Amino acid sequence: MSSKVVEIPAVYIAGSACSGCSVSLLNAINPSIQNLLVDPIVPGKHVSLKFHATIMAGQGEPVIKVLRETAKAKPNGYVLIIDGSIPTGEDGLYCRLGETDGEEVTMKQMASELSRDALAVLAVGTCASFGGIPSGDPNPTGAVSVQDFLKSEGIDKPIINIPGCPPHPDWMIGTIADILINGLPTADKLDEAGRPRAFFGTLIHDNCPRRAFFDAGQFAKNPSEPGCLYQIGCKGPVTYADCPIRLWNNGTNWCIGSGAQCIGCVEPDFHDRLAPMFEKIDEDGLEKFKIKTRS
Amino acid sequence: MATTITIDPITRIEGHMKIEATVENGVVQDARCSGTLFRGFEIILQGRDPRDAQRITQRVCGVCPAIHGTASTLNLDSAFGIADKVPDNGRIMRNLILGANYLQSHILHFYHLTALDYVDVTAVADYSGDDYDMNAVKDFIARGELAPFTPRYEGDYRFDRQTNQVLVKHYLMALEMRRLAHEMLTLFGGKMPHNASVVPGGVTEHPSVDKITGFLWRLNKIRNFIDTIYIPDVINVAKTYPDYFEIGGGPGNFLSYGVFDLDGKNPDYSKRKRLFQQGAVAGLSKLTPLDTDKITESVKHSWYADVEPRHPLKEDTKPEARKTEGYSWIRSPRYGGEVYEVGPLARWVVAYFSGNKQVKNTIDTVTGDLKIQIGALNSVLGRHAARALDAKVVADTMADWVLELKPGEPVCTVYEIPDEAEGMGIVDGPRGALGHWIKIKDKKIERYQLVVPTTWNGSPKDDKEQPGPMEQALLGTRVKDSENPYELVRIARSFDPCLACSVHTISLKGERIASIRVV
Repeated sequence: MSSKVVEIPAVYIAGSACSGCSVSLLNAINPSIQNLLVDPIVPGKHVSLKFHATIMAGQGEPVIKVLRETAKAKPNGYVLIIDGSIPTGEDGLYCRLGETDGEEVTMKQMASELSRDALAVLAVGTCASFGGIPSGDPNPTGAVSVQDFLKSEGIDKPIINIPGCPPHPDWMIGTIADILINGLPTADKLDEAGRPRAFFGTLIHDNCPRRAFFDAGQFAKNPSEPGCLYQIGCKGPVTYADCPIRLWNNGTNWCIGSGAQCIGCVEPDFHDRLAPMFEKIDEDGLEKFKIKTRS
Repeated sequence: MATTITIDPITRIEGHMKIEATVENGVVQDARCSGTLFRGFEIILQGRDPRDAQRITQRVCGVCPAIHGTASTLNLDSAFGIADKVPDNGRIMRNLILGANYLQSHILHFYHLTALDYVDVTAVADYSGDDYDMNAVKDFIARGELAPFTPRYEGDYRFDRQTNQVLVKHYLMALEMRRLAHEMLTLFGGKMPHNASVVPGGVTEHPSVDKITGFLWRLNKIRNFIDTIYIPDVINVAKTYPDYFEIGGGPGNFLSYGVFDLDGKNPDYSKRKRLFQQGAVAGLSKLTPLDTDKITESVKHSWYADVEPRHPLKEDTKPEARKTEGYSWIRSPRYGGEVYEVGPLARWVVAYFSGNKQVKNTIDTVTGDLKIQIGALNSVLGRHAARALDAKVVADTMADWVLELKPGEPVCTVYEIPDEAEGMGIVDGPRGALGHWIKIKDKKIERYQLVVPTTWNGSPKDDKEQPGPMEQALLGTRVKDSENPYELVRIARSFDPCLACSVHTISLKGERIASIRVV
């Protein structure tokens, strides 16, 4: 049986990140992180995770060499997973991944190098997908998203954005499983922000259990009050994700379920243009919401 | 002849870290710790709505967002003048949210970040039992692609084959336990990582019978795991690697801000009644009350323009990337000018000398069973032991707290954002003492400062040339095999470093970062 399993190499590198995406991935249930690491996730196909700094046993120069050896061994045959944005200021020196032969290797350099020969690039989390928190005004490190970075490097590769701060584990594993079963997604499977429509196809607002309060004009005025949270800053009306249906952490709860405003963490506009987080969305935001629900 | 061992990256920690050790005749003579990622959170926070700090600072770290959520809300509560007005339901749910993340963080650290230094996964290759998960690992090994469990340091896996197999099974079980801990948290916190419900004034979630019961029964499973698996495994490692009670000792000075508010009446957090007490213990002998005015940060060996050590509220960071004396982006927090270690061990030492009966009885029992003096806890194994016992006390106590919640009673209080104010939020997180400071002007953040556990532990030498706690722990270590310097990574990981937290203060404006390499 084991002889029939095809090994698909993957490397996971983190730039301007907080490890939240990795920790969220650990919360996967069916399949679990254990399944992802050791089992064929779909029959006959096993993702061989060659590099993940938080999980891997090794350290130091040998693991940096693994990154390059993986790319060399199977050009256009490995998946590159990037977590965190890429700090481009100061020639990339804001984020260094390690050293080989006495030379420091920056995230900027490694993201460029590994992207060139990758089968596809998965941008995991809002920082990798759209820049996220580190790229917030005044963007002190010149942090950019994977798609902007690859464009600036002149690298043309299929990119799939799996945003969220962090992304739901189902969004990450579901996207990987889709690739294993159906191959790289066709354009119609992704929205204009490069996100899989399967997970990011509907407005939070349209599936929100508090929607009836919005329609009835019953609004919470303070945190913890019943009613729609729109007046105290909920970004559900401009945010596309299936949180209200999928729920988080094994279905226990989700942001609005716990009485908190959606902060729009899966959106390209997060967090500068959706700030302040606890103030009602501005007219531009409202306009965007109206246009999108009509189409 | 001196040689330099460079380990870059240090993996199985949070974030990006490098260690350089100068070794002479097999013994570490000099050690340097550096963080290698800079994001600039405090710069990004300037000018924003103060309430957004609660959401943004959680994103400093995805492993320990709950403690940043706690410190930032305490900080905002104090700035908004409502530190003593949070309803009991709010206070208790905050404790449960934070406590649940203590459990996930400690379990994750011992099994998924640390265990691979001591446990040989490949021992599962000839597993002969009928456990489904273990056979999945066996099949995985048989296929021959061992990443991410190789490459690794070789030469010091001491457990026999059967014990290794049992510990691999526990590694797998622990994945589920830490996930359950997150589920407990989200019952009251909305989602994890990065919870949603903790806000200035209290918590937005309301306690209900089903949430209370759901919390309690997840907790019961985890308590059973801590008692019957986690603590025995730590003792097993201690008995098999007893020499690690002798290495990795830090400065011997311990600082704790205390944690888990037992009542919310005192607006002064340094004196508030907490489950673990506030204070400083120098030289494992004398407890002194916590005085936050004694906290200063030195930048002599950090890449910032030289200034005298200053209190966090008065810091004005000016990066100077080419500074030749600099070798780290982490600054050097000091307490009364002295080097202090923070973390579970520090929290337990401070509680011990504060007369915390539960802590004192536990330490006396454990040191008696292991036939060690209390001083031996200042070591690699001492940190692991303190962390495991920390998990037990927090878990056991939460079983009482969750039943103190009163469905239907208030969870949150209302407030106005002041035009101008200063605030401070101090609290111990899983990795130790965490402080957030804020200055508000025109209802916006004028200045926000964080002094984080790994900033204390991972700090470089200070203005008096005193090495940071982790550097001191590395000094004098005998390295048996410079190709596989497992002693050094075991020492570093015993601190549970969180680099994303430690390096967050950078405000570079065009200076090029010098690539310093000391040979």
